[in-house]
Amino acid sequence: MPQTQTRLQVFLLGARDTFPLIVGAVPFGIIFGALAVSNGIHPLTTAGLSLFVFAGSAQFIAVNLIAQHTSVALIVLTTFMVNLRHALYGASIAPHTKHLSQRWLIPLAFWLTDETYAVVVSKWTNAQQTLPHLEWYHLGSSLAMYGNWQLVTWIGILAGSQFQNAEQWGLDFAMAATFLGIVVPAVINRPMLVCAVVAGVVGILANGLPNNSGLMVGAFAGILAGYLVETYLTPAQEQRA
Amino acid sequence: MNAAIIIFGMFLVTFGVRYGSLVITQQIALSPAFMRALRYVPVAVLTALTIPFLVYRENGLDLSLQNPYWGAGILTIVCSALTKNLILTIIVGMGAFFVWRMVLGS
Repeated sequence: MPQTQTRLQVFLLGARDTFPLIVGAVPFGIIFGALAVSNGIHPLTTAGLSLFVFAGSAQFIAVNLIAQHTSVALIVLTTFMVNLRHALYGASIAPHTKHLSQRWLIPLAFWLTDETYAVVVSKWTNAQQTLPHLEWYHLGSSLAMYGNWQLVTWIGILAGSQFQNAEQWGLDFAMAATFLGIVVPAVINRPMLVCAVVAGVVGILANGLPNNSGLMVGAFAGILAGYLVETYLTPAQEQRA
Repeated sequence: MNAAIIIFGMFLVTFGVRYGSLVITQQIALSPAFMRALRYVPVAVLTALTIPFLVYRENGLDLSLQNPYWGAGILTIVCSALTKNLILTIIVGMGAFFVWRMVLGS
């Protein structure tokens, strides 16, 4: 059936368009797996995070928090906070996926990562695009990311089992460097800078709070500060920058 | 057992946000103010997590030269600001960390 073939072609095209981002995810999956097991987290727990949660930065943060013996509730709350950005993704493609059934929406939502969103958003929102069966394109991108993430997580687990003491190897700093390398390029304007500075300073001041909850206090202070500066102190043209 | 609960909880909130935003916003639009506030979330969370980790060591707040974490952290921030290249930033940061620890560390 030509119809089926077209879907397969679109599926493969989605996977192919995601390839550069897959390459970018390779070192992070390996670092994640290695960090987790060298922090004493069981290989199956590590693999389970990649299999069931499938959210890179949240997984890194969870490793950090589990290693610090943080409570389950705060780990889950932090995960929620970090992944709130995905609400922006969902909301931006939602008007274009209304026709899809739950059979499609549920898996596409589960696999909605930063990378796949970056690849598919222009297809979904561009009225001029002529690709048929966009949901298959989206699926191809999703499955390519997902399969690769499982693979590189296991490579990291196997590598990390070779050296058990993460701190001795400075691997805990590798995680901090990763986060800094994500944050700094995201500070593109004054409100973002205020957000980061306030979050960091309040995070330090609130560090003694029980259960690592200073993290949430710092994060909320940063969000509020950034939002207020954008709303009240920034000229309209800079807001769009 | 604890691990299973953590994985399940993390799955629930991650999938919840992804699926919820995809389905709920088909019915009702999120308020523009809320959407704007969301943009600050990643920077705020990651900074509030990382900065205290760099300056608080076993013995509390440690801004001495013997603490390689915050010194190498500053170099990492500078490298990221100059290059905006994530992999390069991690490599330079790790290098700075090891050299700092070897030369000045206790």
